[in-house]
Amino acid sequence: MAETQGGRPSVLKAKAGDAPHPSAPVVGKLRMRYAKRGRARFSSHRDIARTMEWTLRRAGVPVALSQGFSPHPRLSWIGAAPTGAASEAEYLEIGVTEHLDPAVVAREVDAVLPDGLAVIEVVPAGPGALADRIDTSVWEIETPGVPDDALAPAIEAFLAAPEVSVERVTKNGPKPLDVRAAVAELRLSLTRTDEPADADREDRARAATCGRLTAVVRHTTPAARPDDVCSALRAVAGLEFPEPNRATRWAQGRLDERGELIDPLAADRAAPTA
Amino acid sequence: MFESLEPLLPRVRKPVQYVGGERNAGTKPWGSVPVHWALCYPDAYEVGLPNQGLMILYEVLNERSDALAERTYAVWPDLAALMREHGVPQFTVDGHRPVGAFDVLGVSFATELGYTNLLSILDLAGIPLHAADRTTEHPLVLAGGHAAFNPEPIADFVDLVALGDGEEVVGDITDVVKAAKAEGLDRRATLERLAAVPGVYVPGLYEVTYGDDGAIAAVTPTSPAAPERVHKRTTSDLDDWPYPKKPLVPMAETVHERMSVEIFRGCTRGCRFCQAGMITRPVRERSPQGVGEMVEQGLKSSGYHEVGLLSLSSADHSGIGEIAKGLADRYEGTGTGLSLPSTRVDAFNVTLAEELTRSGRRSGLTFAPEGGSERLRKVINKMVSEEELIATVSTAYEHGWRQVKLYFMCGLPTETDEDVLQIASMAHEVIRAGRQAAGRGDVRATVSIGAFVPKPHTPFQWAGQTAPDVVDARLRKLREAINSDRSLGRNIGLRYHDGQPSLVEGLLSRGDRRIGRVIERAWREGQQFDGWSEHFSFERWVAAAESELEGVDLAWFTTRERGEHEVLPWDHLDSGLDRGWLWDDWQDALAAEEQDDCRWTPCFDCGVCPTMGTEIQMAPPGRPSLPLTPVEHRTSTPIRNPAFASSAPSTGGRDE
Repeated sequence: MAETQGGRPSVLKAKAGDAPHPSAPVVGKLRMRYAKRGRARFSSHRDIARTMEWTLRRAGVPVALSQGFSPHPRLSWIGAAPTGAASEAEYLEIGVTEHLDPAVVAREVDAVLPDGLAVIEVVPAGPGALADRIDTSVWEIETPGVPDDALAPAIEAFLAAPEVSVERVTKNGPKPLDVRAAVAELRLSLTRTDEPADADREDRARAATCGRLTAVVRHTTPAARPDDVCSALRAVAGLEFPEPNRATRWAQGRLDERGELIDPLAADRAAPTA
Repeated sequence: MFESLEPLLPRVRKPVQYVGGERNAGTKPWGSVPVHWALCYPDAYEVGLPNQGLMILYEVLNERSDALAERTYAVWPDLAALMREHGVPQFTVDGHRPVGAFDVLGVSFATELGYTNLLSILDLAGIPLHAADRTTEHPLVLAGGHAAFNPEPIADFVDLVALGDGEEVVGDITDVVKAAKAEGLDRRATLERLAAVPGVYVPGLYEVTYGDDGAIAAVTPTSPAAPERVHKRTTSDLDDWPYPKKPLVPMAETVHERMSVEIFRGCTRGCRFCQAGMITRPVRERSPQGVGEMVEQGLKSSGYHEVGLLSLSSADHSGIGEIAKGLADRYEGTGTGLSLPSTRVDAFNVTLAEELTRSGRRSGLTFAPEGGSERLRKVINKMVSEEELIATVSTAYEHGWRQVKLYFMCGLPTETDEDVLQIASMAHEVIRAGRQAAGRGDVRATVSIGAFVPKPHTPFQWAGQTAPDVVDARLRKLREAINSDRSLGRNIGLRYHDGQPSLVEGLLSRGDRRIGRVIERAWREGQQFDGWSEHFSFERWVAAAESELEGVDLAWFTTRERGEHEVLPWDHLDSGLDRGWLWDDWQDALAAEEQDDCRWTPCFDCGVCPTMGTEIQMAPPGRPSLPLTPVEHRTSTPIRNPAFASSAPSTGGRDE
C-alpha cells in the first residue's frame, strides 16, 4: 500500500515535538470504493488525490493529520487507474479521528464530489491490509473503429501465443513487458448486465464499428495497462486502432484458484463493527 | 461539441485541463438567456483558472438572469494542432461550446505577454483577427485587466476595452448588448452605443495621427459617440462585492491552490514603478467581518487548506492584526494555512508572524526591497531602510522560518552598478543577522531579480528602459559579489531571468497602434505563450519589429526616454492620475525625493479621488469581528458537518 500523503519518513517525525498542536489520534480507518467516470477519466492520480483531500474537507470528514509543521491528511491510495481510463473500482483508505457511520460518510462525500467522481461504498476497515486483497483488475476496453469481428481472431492469436512482448517506456528507458503473462483472461464483452446506465456509452455501443473486450489482468511490475493489451493485439495480429481506445476498470480484487475475483471489501463487511 | 474534442484528449498532455467540471462551476441552457459571455484568460489553464478577476466576473455574470458566462483558456500547441487538423474550434471548458458563438469574448490581460495568445485564440475560434473585418455574426472582443490601460498595441484586434474595475461594467455592457440584439442593431451602432458606457473604450472610433518625429500627433474621436477621454471604473465598498463566493476548484493542478480573499484594492504607497498601485487608487478596504465571512464561505465550498489574503500590500490593511488573529483563532489546529502573498518589510511584525503559523502551516515569506541601495529606494519611493529589513528578517528567522525570499528589480531609472552590488551586501547582512537570530548556521535567503519594465500611468512612463545587455552585465557582477564571501554566499540563492523578454514586454507595454503589426507578424512566425521561456523567441520579436516598423524601431519604443510634452499612446485613457502630478513625481524620482502615503499623511493631489469621485475607504474599527469557534483537536477539516454528530458513538475528544 503506497501511503502518498500520510506516511512520512521517521527522520521527519522526530520533529513532531516542535509542532504547535498534537494531532488528534487515529481512532479508525475507513475504506472507500469510488468511481471515476465520464470526463473525470482524464484526471491523473495526482489530480484525484488533491481533489479527494479537498472534498473530504468540504464534507467535514474528520480526517486525521500527520504530525509536524506540514501536516498532511492520512489518506492511503491503492493503485490508481491511469490518466484517460475510467474506473468503477478505485480504493482509498482514510484515517479518521472519530467513529463515523460509513454510510453517512459515503453520502456526505458523494454529495460534494466534482462531476465524474462518485462514492460507491464506504466500510470500516477490518483486520488485514487492503493491498493484500488486490492483485488483479477487470478491464473493459472499447475499440472505436475496430469491431468485434476484427477483435475476435486477434484475441485468439493472443491467447495462443506463449508470450506477447510490447515495449513500455519507463523512467529508465524502454523496457519489454510480457502482456500475455499478465493477462489471465481475454474475451469479447458479450454480456453487460451489471453496468450503470450511461447514455454516452450506449451511444457508442450502438455504433457497429466499436468493439468491446474484457481483460482480466494481474497486477505485475510494471503494470500491464489497457493500452498495453491493445499494443499486444497489434503486435500479435497486426491489429491497428484508428482512434484512441476507451478503458473502464470494472473491478479489482484477488483472483482465487478457480479464477473468481474476490471483492476486496468483502472481508471488511463481514468483520464485526468496532 | 465535447464529442469532437474527446477523441483528441488521449493524445495530449494533461487532458484534464480541457474538460471543465470544476467544483462550483456550472452551465446554463443556451436559450435561457439573451446575452452569452465567453470569459478568457489568454494563458494556459493552470495559470488562468486561479485568476481572481476572471473568477469574480464569471460569478457576477452568472448571477444575472439575463446572461450566462463560460470560460476559455489558451490551448497548448499539442492540442491546438489536433484541433486545426480535425476542425475543432476554440471552446469553453464549461459547456464546450464554440467561442465564436458567444455575444462577447471578454479577455483579461494581467500582462502584455498574453497578446500573441489572443491572436491564437481568435484564430482557433474562427473570429477574424482584425476588428474591422468582423460582422454582426462575430462576438464583440473585449479587453480588460491591468494591461488594458494601454490597449493601443492590440487596438486593431479588439472591439472594446474596459478600463478599471470590472464588477459593474460587465453588467452595463450586458444591458447594452441585450438591447442591441433586441433592436437588431448592426455592429457599428452597437459599438457606438457601448462607447457611451462609462469605462468603455472603443478603439475603432478613434483616429491616431503621427508627427514627423515619429511620435503621436493626436488621437481624435471619429464618431460623436466616442468621448474625448475615457475614465476608468472604480468599484466602491468591497463588502458589497464578496466575490468569489464559491471559488472554482479544479481537478487539474494550477499555480495557486488556495482560497483567495482580496482584503483591499488599491495602494497609495506610491512605489513609482508599480502600475498596479497607480491605476487601482484609491485604497478600498474590505472589513474584517467581510473578510471573515468570505473565508468561512470559501473554505466550506472549496475545501482548500490555504487562505491567501490578497492585495497589493496585505500587511497594510488597517485591521490586519485583527483579521490574522481572528482567522488563526478560528482555524487553529485544522491544518488550514494562512498566507499574505504581498507583505511589506516595514509592516511585518512578530505578532503577525505568530498568527500566520498558528493555523498549522508555515508558508513562505517574501519581502521586496526592490532596490539595492538606499538612494535607489528613494528614487523608486520604496521607503524601506536596510535596518528595517534586517530587523524584519531577523524576526522571521527567530520565529522559525529558515528561508526568506527577497525580491529586487534591476534596470531602474538612474541605477548604477554600485546600486545593484549593494544587493549583495544586503543579502550577506541578512544571512549574518539570520544566523544570529536563529542560533544556527543553516538559514537561507533567495534573492530573486526581475528586470524593470516602465509602465503606462506611472511616474516612470517617461523613463528609458535599460537595455538587456546592461541588466545582464550588472547581474553577472552581482553574482560574483554574492559569492565573494563563500561562507555567506553558499546560503544565498540568486534567481533571475535574462533581460531580453523584458524588452519585448516593454515594447508591448508602451507601444502604440503601430505595434499591432509587430504582434501579428511575430504571431504569424509562430510566437505565442510569451510568458513561457521555452516558447519565447527574442529573435522572432526583433525580426518582426524590423520588418513591420517604419521610421521608428524597437529602441524608440523601449530604451528611449520620453519628453514632458510627447503625446503618450494612452493619454486619452484616464486612470484618474493627474498628468502634471505624474511628471512632478518623475522629476522628484530623478532627484531621489520621496512621497508619503496619503492614508497617513495629507493628500498630495495625485488627482484620482476628485477625477473619479472616489475616496479612501478604511475598514471601520469596532465592528463585530470574526466569529470565534476554536477547534480543540487537530483534524484536517475546519468544518463541522452535523450529519456526523449522531452517526456513531463518539469516542470522546470532541463535544458537539
